[in-house]
Amino acid sequence: MSEYNAQELLAVVAARELRDDTTVFAGVGVPLLAAALAKQRQAPRLTMVIEGGIIGPEIAPGRLPISTNEMRAAFRATMLPAITDAFLFAQRGFVDVGFMGGAQIDQFGNINTSVLGGDYWKPKVRLPGTGGANDIASLCREIIIVTAHEKRRFVPKVDFITSPGWLAGDGSRGRAGLLFGGVSRVVTTLGTLGFDPVSRRMRIEAVHPGATIDKIRENTGFDLLDAPEISATPAPTADELAMLRALDPDRRFLG
Amino acid sequence: MSDGAHVAIGGILFSRTPMALIREVLRARRRGLTLIRNLSCYEAELFMVAGGIERIVTAWMGIGLPWGVSKIMRHHVESGNVAFEEWSHLALGLRFRAAAMGLPFLPSLTMLGSDLMAVGGMKTLEDPYTGATLAAVPALFPDVALLHVHRADRFGNCQIDGYPHMDADIARAATTVLVTTEEIVPEEETRKHPDRTVIPGFAVDALVHVPFGSYPHECYGLYEADVEHFDEYAKGIDARGADAVSDYLERYVYAPATFTDYLDLFGGERLARQGKKARELT
Repeated sequence: MSEYNAQELLAVVAARELRDDTTVFAGVGVPLLAAALAKQRQAPRLTMVIEGGIIGPEIAPGRLPISTNEMRAAFRATMLPAITDAFLFAQRGFVDVGFMGGAQIDQFGNINTSVLGGDYWKPKVRLPGTGGANDIASLCREIIIVTAHEKRRFVPKVDFITSPGWLAGDGSRGRAGLLFGGVSRVVTTLGTLGFDPVSRRMRIEAVHPGATIDKIRENTGFDLLDAPEISATPAPTADELAMLRALDPDRRFLG
Repeated sequence: MSDGAHVAIGGILFSRTPMALIREVLRARRRGLTLIRNLSCYEAELFMVAGGIERIVTAWMGIGLPWGVSKIMRHHVESGNVAFEEWSHLALGLRFRAAAMGLPFLPSLTMLGSDLMAVGGMKTLEDPYTGATLAAVPALFPDVALLHVHRADRFGNCQIDGYPHMDADIARAATTVLVTTEEIVPEEETRKHPDRTVIPGFAVDALVHVPFGSYPHECYGLYEADVEHFDEYAKGIDARGADAVSDYLERYVYAPATFTDYLDLFGGERLARQGKKARELT
C-alpha cells in the first residue's frame, strides 16, 4: 500500500465524490485539488466554478492558485463573469456540487466560519468570515464538506450559523426559504459522514483506511448515527496519488 | 472624501485593488471611515492600524490561506474597536447591484436561515406570486467608490480586461466615483471596441493615469500579485505585531511622496518580472 498523508487522503476521497458532466463550486486548497484530480480521472467534463468569477478553468500543475481571485485560478477559463453573476448561476440551479471547508461544524451540517464565543460584535475569536461559503451552502444543489476530523471542530451546535446545512433538521432548511440543496456528505480525514434522510442528523457512512468507527466517534463532539450499511473506503491508489502530487509539486496544500 | 465616508473599494482581495487611491486616502488621514469590500485584504489592516476606520462591511478578511487569520483584524474586532459587518459574498454583491439598478432591494435566496441575517439586519419578504420566503437584500449606495481599471479615455469610459469582479456595479452604486487607470486611450480606441466598456464616463467623477496602480496586488494580464511582498509583510506582523504595520505605513504610504517614489521601493526589475508572469498566465 502506498504511503500518504491526511491531506492527500482527503483530496483523493473528495475527488471520488464528483461525477462527469457536472459543475462544482470549489474553493482553493484541498477542494480545488480534489476537483482538478477528478477532472483528470473520472470526470473530464467536470466544469469548475470559482467564486472570483471564473468558469471552466484548467488548473496548471505546479501553478496552483492561493486565492479564488487570481490569474492562476483563471488559467484557460471558458468564461469570466462578474462575481455576483458567478453566484447567480448557482441561485439559478446550474451548480451541482459545492465543495467547502469549515472551522466548526455541527450535527446538522451547519458551518461556522464567523465568530467563536462571546457576542457577535465583540467575539472571543473573530474568524475570517463567510466569503462565498454561505452562498455555496445556500444555493448549490448538493454540498460536500471537506475537513480535518477533530473533536473541537465537530460540535453539537455551532456558535454561529455562517453557512446553512440542514439548520435544525426536520424540514427547517426548506421552511427558511432555501428551495434546494443541503449537505449530502462530510468527507473527513477519518471517514465519510452523511445525514439521516428524515432527521438530517449526521451519521457514519464509510470508514477510511487506518481509522475505526470508535476513532471517528472519539473525535466527534456529538453522537453520530450509523448508516444502515457502513463501508470501508478503498485506500488511495498509486495512480491517484501520483496525479494528485503532480498537481501540487511544491506541497503548498498537500503539506 | 470626508471623515466618516462610506467607501467602497473595487477589485477583490489582491486583484485589481486601487492601491494608488488607497494610499492617498491613508495619506489624507481620514477618520471614521466605513470600508466596504467583499473580500478585504491587508489594505483594511493598514486602515485599522492608521486609526482611520470604525467599520468594515465585508464577507471575508485576510490575505489568503497560507497567511492564516489576520491578527490585526482579530485584535481590532475582538476589542470592539472596529465593527465587522458580515454579509455573504453574493448578498453584498446584490447590495451593489440593487443600488446600481436604482432599487431599494433585490430578492434573493441567499443567506436565508443563517445567523448572518441578523448581523446586517436583513429582512425577508413574501413572494407576492407564490407566497415563498425570500431575502430582501438592501441596496448599498456608498459615498465614494475607489476603482482601478485597465484603460479609459479622457471622458472616463472604462474598460476592464479579464475578470470584471464587481466594479461595474460599484461604479453605478456610489455617489462619487474615483478611478485610476493603467492606460489612457484616445476616444477613437473606445469607439473601436465599445463592447468592452463596462463603466460609462457619465458614472465617473475623476480619472487618474496610474500605471501599476494596483501593485503589489495583481492586474489581470499585466502583472501578477507580488506574493513575496505579502510574505515579508506578514512575517513582520508575526514578529512585531501592529508595530510592523506602522512601519509599513511609514515606508510605503507616508514617506513616498508620489506613486512613482512608491514603485521605486519595489524596483523596475521586480515589476517587469511580475509582468512576465502575468503574460504567461493569460
